Amino acid sequence: MTDEDAQREALLDAIESVAARLAAEKSHLTELDSAIGDADHGANMDRGFEAVVEAVEELDEASVAEITKTVGVTLVSTVGGASGPLYGGSIMSASTELGPGITAETAVAFAEAYLEKVQDRGGAQVGAKTMVDALTPAVHTLKKSIEQDDLAPLEALAKAVDAAERGVRFTTPIRAKKGRASYLGWRSVGHRDPGATSTLFILEELLETAEDHLDGGAERDATATTTPDKTPEADGDGVDGEGTDAEGG
Amino acid sequence: MKKLINEPEDVVDEMLDGMVAAHPQQVRRLDGIEVLVRVDGPVENKVGIVSGGGSSHEPTHAGYLGPGMLDGAAAGEMFTSPTADQLGETIEACDGGEGVLCVVKNYEGDVMNFDTAAEMADMEGVEVAQVVVNDDVAVEDSLYTSGRRGVCGTIFVHKVAGAKAAQAGSLSEVAAVAEKAIDRVGTMGMALTSCVTPEKGEPTFELGEDEIELGIGIHGEPGTERTGVMTADEVADHLTEAVLADLELDAGAEVATIVNGMGGTPLSELYIVNRRVQEVLGERDIETWDGWVGDYMTSLDMCGCSITVMELDAELKELLAFPVDTPALTVAE
Repeated sequence: MTDEDAQREALLDAIESVAARLAAEKSHLTELDSAIGDADHGANMDRGFEAVVEAVEELDEASVAEITKTVGVTLVSTVGGASGPLYGGSIMSASTELGPGITAETAVAFAEAYLEKVQDRGGAQVGAKTMVDALTPAVHTLKKSIEQDDLAPLEALAKAVDAAERGVRFTTPIRAKKGRASYLGWRSVGHRDPGATSTLFILEELLETAEDHLDGGAERDATATTTPDKTPEADGDGVDGEGTDAEGG
Repeated sequence: MKKLINEPEDVVDEMLDGMVAAHPQQVRRLDGIEVLVRVDGPVENKVGIVSGGGSSHEPTHAGYLGPGMLDGAAAGEMFTSPTADQLGETIEACDGGEGVLCVVKNYEGDVMNFDTAAEMADMEGVEVAQVVVNDDVAVEDSLYTSGRRGVCGTIFVHKVAGAKAAQAGSLSEVAAVAEKAIDRVGTMGMALTSCVTPEKGEPTFELGEDEIELGIGIHGEPGTERTGVMTADEVADHLTEAVLADLELDAGAEVATIVNGMGGTPLSELYIVNRRVQEVLGERDIETWDGWVGDYMTSLDMCGCSITVMELDAELKELLAFPVDTPALTVAE
């Protein structure tokens, strides 16, 4: 199996895991959205990813970039609301950062492009109680971990997920300034943001799939080999692919 | 919670087919998508009027399809904006050669999807203009919100834009009267109960027997304030005062009003509220030129109402009086 095949397989697994997680969390997300929104986030994300799984199954020998683009296009045409353009449109646009395979560099480029597109479309900054509150620390952490700290991609992704988790917790005590929750004014305080939460779920599934694919995996990639002391558990280059899609989810 | 549905995921699709079956002389469905259009459209040499948004506001949006009002209505999932593809197809299906005006309610999802659809239609050579309705005075319009919501005032915007288009107004003229209506209309709503979405099956928000919500939207989102139960007159006073404070009308102004039911409110109660709304306006020497009462922009089965006031001028009066023939609204010749 070539690296590209391995990456493709890992990405398809990740997509299935994300779809399964969002299906399992449908009521939970709807519950969060009931408190400060309109009680449809769970159903919308579930409907979208169910369609994504079907759409990517129909792809034949597609590149990682093509698969990622299909994820975006399918979300745009099935989710509706603000989530369709925000999740789907942004993945679609950012997929141009990917080539046939993925490296740590293109993974970071994809993640940054995705965050930028989400902010362009939605206009939210950190602290507005939106998905950006989970996404921004995750993307910045991924970039710093790879570019400055020379961490292995898997470890960088784990740190990004931790950062997203802290970002989600940060949404609870703050007042919404964007989205439907903003209509509640101060009454939005004390509730966790559903979009930040679904973003975290997606990242967690991507990390888990990455870990599964790398257990007992092949050789270390160049980045990881330079800092073996910091990455005792990382052991495979397929992780790059996972890292990339983590930000795209 | 009991619902008269089959499967939650089939609600929109089956509702649209049922609407077509009920009004085959007025509306038809575009193949394979959740969009209804005028049965005789696109009308040549007339500006097309397209609306759309989440479902569960019936008779909005497709109920207003017909001569003198809308040409196309895209139905999203319940309380969820239609997708950009869906809106793009609606726009193209409603172009009679003079361009299309999209009437959008101010929600981030709706605005984003309509923007993308307009770009898609533009690439297909359709001229598109867009107006965004933001009549909900309960919401603060500031940097700290996504702006005011579009609610029941949208019906007046549909009405005047549709009439202007039927009178052979150009795209810019039609957009201009729509903007004029948007500048002059305000709405505020309240709920006695939450709605129950088919997907969730239980109330979106909990409201005690002795509580009501003021400043609610049309998606079961909680309001801006929770308070003890009020009488119909107290509710009418509160909502009307809030709308009038926003519109800053002078004595002698002429207005059109809508006392709108949220879907689960008996008509008798709406009439009781209307009685008091008209008294309040009369006390301020504001004359109601036309007052509508009924379910125009609903929120599923929510009990409650909203009050809409639009200040009129000669042009808006003429456009409101222009004949219209749609499933949900008729103004005779």
